[in-house]
Amino acid sequence: MKKKQLALAIDLNVCVGCHACVTSCKQWNTSGSAGPLADKRPYDEDPTGTFFNRVQTYEVGEYPHTQVVHFPKSCLHCEDPPCVPVCPTGASYKRKEDGIVLVDYDKCIGCGYCSWACPWGVREMDEKNKVMTKCTLCVDRVYDEALPESERKPACVLACPTNARFFGDINDPASEIAQAIQENDGYQLMPEWETNPSNYYFSRKNKAYDAMTGKDEAAS
Amino acid sequence: MKPPFSVIFLTTLIGMGQGLFLALYSEQIYLSLTQGEMEPFNFFFLVSTCIALCLTGLGLIASFFHLGHPERAWRSAACWKTSWLSREVIALPLFILFVFIYSLNFFPGFTTHILKVDSITINLSIVTGFLCSILCIVLFVCTSMIYACLRFLQEWNSLFTMINFMLMGCASGFILAATISSFMAPLLTLNYVVIAIVLTILAATSRSLSLARNKKLRPKSTIQSALGINNPKIVQKSQGAMGGSFNTRIFFHGKSRLFFKSIKWIFLTLAFLIPIIMLLMELENNRPFILLFALLIQYIGLIAERWYFFAEAKHPQNLYYQAIS
Repeated sequence: MKKKQLALAIDLNVCVGCHACVTSCKQWNTSGSAGPLADKRPYDEDPTGTFFNRVQTYEVGEYPHTQVVHFPKSCLHCEDPPCVPVCPTGASYKRKEDGIVLVDYDKCIGCGYCSWACPWGVREMDEKNKVMTKCTLCVDRVYDEALPESERKPACVLACPTNARFFGDINDPASEIAQAIQENDGYQLMPEWETNPSNYYFSRKNKAYDAMTGKDEAAS
Repeated sequence: MKPPFSVIFLTTLIGMGQGLFLALYSEQIYLSLTQGEMEPFNFFFLVSTCIALCLTGLGLIASFFHLGHPERAWRSAACWKTSWLSREVIALPLFILFVFIYSLNFFPGFTTHILKVDSITINLSIVTGFLCSILCIVLFVCTSMIYACLRFLQEWNSLFTMINFMLMGCASGFILAATISSFMAPLLTLNYVVIAIVLTILAATSRSLSLARNKKLRPKSTIQSALGINNPKIVQKSQGAMGGSFNTRIFFHGKSRLFFKSIKWIFLTLAFLIPIIMLLMELENNRPFILLFALLIQYIGLIAERWYFFAEAKHPQNLYYQAIS
């Protein structure tokens, strides 16, 4: 059996772009023992801050045949993460036991090299702590036995009002996430770099959308 | 990419220091092969190695400004097995140490450092210089591979990155050697000027070829592969934050198209064209201040070149940051 690999799967059919995953992620990760995630000028003209998860919005197709796609993006926890070997201190690492890619804040020198090595731009340097930060898959809650089992999931998954987010071991065929990936033809982002991202996305399933993306032609 | 000035100074300063060392060592080899006298040039070698130490030391200091936690910099030697950055962190101080040991050979009183083993005589400065040149090349490789190994940054992911770093470092180092020698050891200047011209022409050629290569590049990632949506028309409507983010600050150079394009012509002119013309004009008389002027012009050009090197690289993450709202 393949090694355990925790990851997310995101269903673009049902994501409504509400940003609940973004705010719950920020809330959980700014309140942990690692200390707050920086916010600079939050109430001024040019606000900025550290986020592990961002929802972006795209318009696909030519008017009037357009669809709005909301696209949540966080660390994909690649099986072969390009950000890990480049780290000069070993602060950036991939856990053997569950495949989560993490940064050891005490070892990070804040050189930013790993962010250059990530094609998706999911690592963000915290402006106050001066270390690289990224999605931890809420490693500090998914194993927390003080929480009821149903809550041992990443904050973003719990917050999603439309259940667009799945969490679990993608390499365990019996898991809900692995089955969902199978059923929904889950795909990876930028497969051309061969890093084998662990997070999967499910594309829209409706006829109008298939016509737009050329899928129905491919099928016929 | 946003050009980080600490790294611009790091790479240009150590490149010049490395080039200067190679200029000195090659002259020493040349003198020993042609049975030339080394003695009269000892002071020139001493001053020049000290300048090489200053340049590489300044580069090392500049690199600290790139770090969020400079006090932890010592940790960065840990992952030399996988990280070119880690390898550079080891190679640079080692190179500085060996240039320092090499420079000791030229102190008054140290000049008779010759080992005699049976009938073979070995000059210690030749041996330390040889080790130092190996380190020098290793350092060039490490520095350039930091960029060249990132396959997502297609502009950098090429052998040109290494060749350019080496040639530009050597060209500026040889012009510096010519300048110092014109003040202190005019007999050596002509050799240095001639080699500096050749190196600068080579650097100009190689850099122009890499510009041509990068112009023809087709980005491997597209907005379609970034989102996994197969439609020719995809327009970003929001990037998840109204203000900027780390992603918008670090991966975009933030200057106008005109500014970006003009930097290319500025660096081609300052780093290569003007120095070549000035050096050619100085072949006859080697006036120290003219050489110094050529050196300064080239250095400004190299800073512009390194700025362009960073700005030219298009990071695939930029596909996700095309519109704020």
